[in-house]
Amino acid sequence: MGRKALILGKVVLVTGVARQLGGRFVRRVQREPDVDRVIGVDAVPPEHHLGGADFLRADIRHPTIGRVLAEHSVDTVIHMDVNGTPLGKRGSRASVKETNVIGTMQLLGACQKTPSVKRLVIKSSTNVYGSAPRDPAVFTESTPPKSLPSGGFAKDVVEVEGYVRGFARRRPDVAVCVLRFANILGPCADSPLAEYFSLPVLPTVLGFDPRLQFVHEDDAIEVLRMAAGEPARSTLNSGTFNIAGDGVLLLSQAARRLGRPTLPFFLPTVTWVGSALRSVGALDFSPEQVRLLTHGRVVETTQMRETLGFRPRYSTPEAFADFARSRGPGLLPPETLARTVDRIAALMPAGSGQN
Amino acid sequence: MADAKVIPFGEEPRAKRRPGRTARGRTGRVPTALAPVPAQREEERARTGQEGRQEQAGDGAAAGAPAGAAAGAGGWERKLAHGLNFLRRRVTGEYEVDDFGYDQELTDQVIMSLLRPFKEKYFRVEVKGIENIPEKGAALIVANHSGTLPVDGLMLQVAVHDHHPAGRNVRMLAADLVFMLPLINELSRKLGHTLACTEDAQTLLERGEVVGVMPEGFKGIGKPFSDRYKLQRFGRGGFVQTALRAGAPIVPCSIVGAEEIYPMLGNSKTVARLLGIPYFPLTPSWPWLGPLGLVPLPTKWTIQFGEPIPTDGYSPEAADDPMLMFNLTDQVRETIQHTLYKLLVQRRSVFF
Repeated sequence: MGRKALILGKVVLVTGVARQLGGRFVRRVQREPDVDRVIGVDAVPPEHHLGGADFLRADIRHPTIGRVLAEHSVDTVIHMDVNGTPLGKRGSRASVKETNVIGTMQLLGACQKTPSVKRLVIKSSTNVYGSAPRDPAVFTESTPPKSLPSGGFAKDVVEVEGYVRGFARRRPDVAVCVLRFANILGPCADSPLAEYFSLPVLPTVLGFDPRLQFVHEDDAIEVLRMAAGEPARSTLNSGTFNIAGDGVLLLSQAARRLGRPTLPFFLPTVTWVGSALRSVGALDFSPEQVRLLTHGRVVETTQMRETLGFRPRYSTPEAFADFARSRGPGLLPPETLARTVDRIAALMPAGSGQN
Repeated sequence: MADAKVIPFGEEPRAKRRPGRTARGRTGRVPTALAPVPAQREEERARTGQEGRQEQAGDGAAAGAPAGAAAGAGGWERKLAHGLNFLRRRVTGEYEVDDFGYDQELTDQVIMSLLRPFKEKYFRVEVKGIENIPEKGAALIVANHSGTLPVDGLMLQVAVHDHHPAGRNVRMLAADLVFMLPLINELSRKLGHTLACTEDAQTLLERGEVVGVMPEGFKGIGKPFSDRYKLQRFGRGGFVQTALRAGAPIVPCSIVGAEEIYPMLGNSKTVARLLGIPYFPLTPSWPWLGPLGLVPLPTKWTIQFGEPIPTDGYSPEAADDPMLMFNLTDQVRETIQHTLYKLLVQRRSVFF
């Protein structure tokens, strides 16, 4: 790695550290040799430790964030506070949207006013592509979505990316890196899809078998770290990149590997089931989640490999396997099913041999 | 065109018509009742799960007993073991699909065996010029489209899969309607189909796949019976552009026989608009006979692949030259149309 030691005393500011992923990233980035100081920011104090990083309780929706940037002469901003679901059970969708959109606007405004900022990394999501039957099967970074997401997290992300593009135009001296993550899974990821896969019986849409892609959280941390530092030789870490593990899993395949039975619903009724589950508080089963579980989404990762120079350690099936291990067996563990088939196989030739 | 004027219904001698009708009646009930092709058995068993398996095993034992041949039993056991292995992989999810959702194992072992009886026994597809599809590397098959329901696309796929020496799987490009319909979209993706858009076609060709496209689209498949074997407009020629960009040869393909499977005598535009579909066919049997109207007529098919048209000799800017695009599109269209006429002249009757 051609990491330059020229920039002494790098100060990194990370937003959204109260979440598991943010916390893990803070602990990781602190071990970087050229990082002098890490400041974690969130509206609520984190439950996990931050490995000695400074925690500042600040709401990025308020202009105070500008003072924080200036006071500590921050040069790298890692914006991870773009989320689909509220932290904990109490938050509402409205406050999440406000943090996503208004928070990003405030943060970008603050970055624009702070000359010390040299690098900005945004944790975005492949949700920006939406998912529709009329979309191409594989999205590249430049594919325009056929139907723009009409609401929810996907729309937030579209807006966030719009503001980031505006910021990049106004501050061409800042290296801006937008990482569009596929669904992040891992032993401690708390994404909506992880919640979905933890249900004992998975509600699915009848007659649709979506293609899904996952990123392991270790890979997510690693790619964020790469984007936060100086680019290695012959790579470029500014721009927009899709981040996903290799390969694809179908939902039916994922359910079988997880050992959880599926319960198909007609498309119109699945939205009712979703809102029922949501009102019970069992899980966030938003309309866009339903769309993802209907049409699926797959992104092209050539740019990630060739331009960013990042090779994920976990493929999509491997990331899913690691997640499945952490969740414990479902109602129909694949091992049991395999054993049943083997037992029948052992019986069969004996039966026909006797005749 | 002489052939197109002949309307064979009721004009054939009785002796000729009867086998056609009985064949229709026999095969018409359910697709699975079709043709006890031996290869189909194990797949069906694997698909239907446990009860099906036991039933079949009993079946196998019963069939094996009178024959008493040890070799036959060995074959059965091998097939059984193979089927159980397949089942084991399916129930545990340990199989692979590509980025487009193409499930090669399911396609080869199950769906193809279900479609094969249609190709071999029902439509008796005659495949010509299969050598025009390259052994390896990308190619774009451009075919005419007809028949009210896209049966021709499926038959084209089975024909290439079974007849090509390398057993290549054609990745068909399908209309967006396919991906909105439940079950159909799922099967379509698993068969390796994808949306007919430049991005997907380009990606598949760059990966060295054989891509099949029917540029007439709904205009071709939903045209009235009186217009049969008249090629419609070939879209905007986007397929030529995609082939040029990827440097993939274009293989023209003419399908004869698909036009008559559901003779579309009328089109109820009101119902189509209500259902949000491009056309609503009225055939002699649909929708008057209910589900029975879905049984296609057992026509005799010919699929002819023509000489590939190379596209790698052009400069990279050629893909942006509209004149060249139009010329190439016309060339492909003319080739298919002429081959259609030639095949129609050679054809003895619609059903034989």
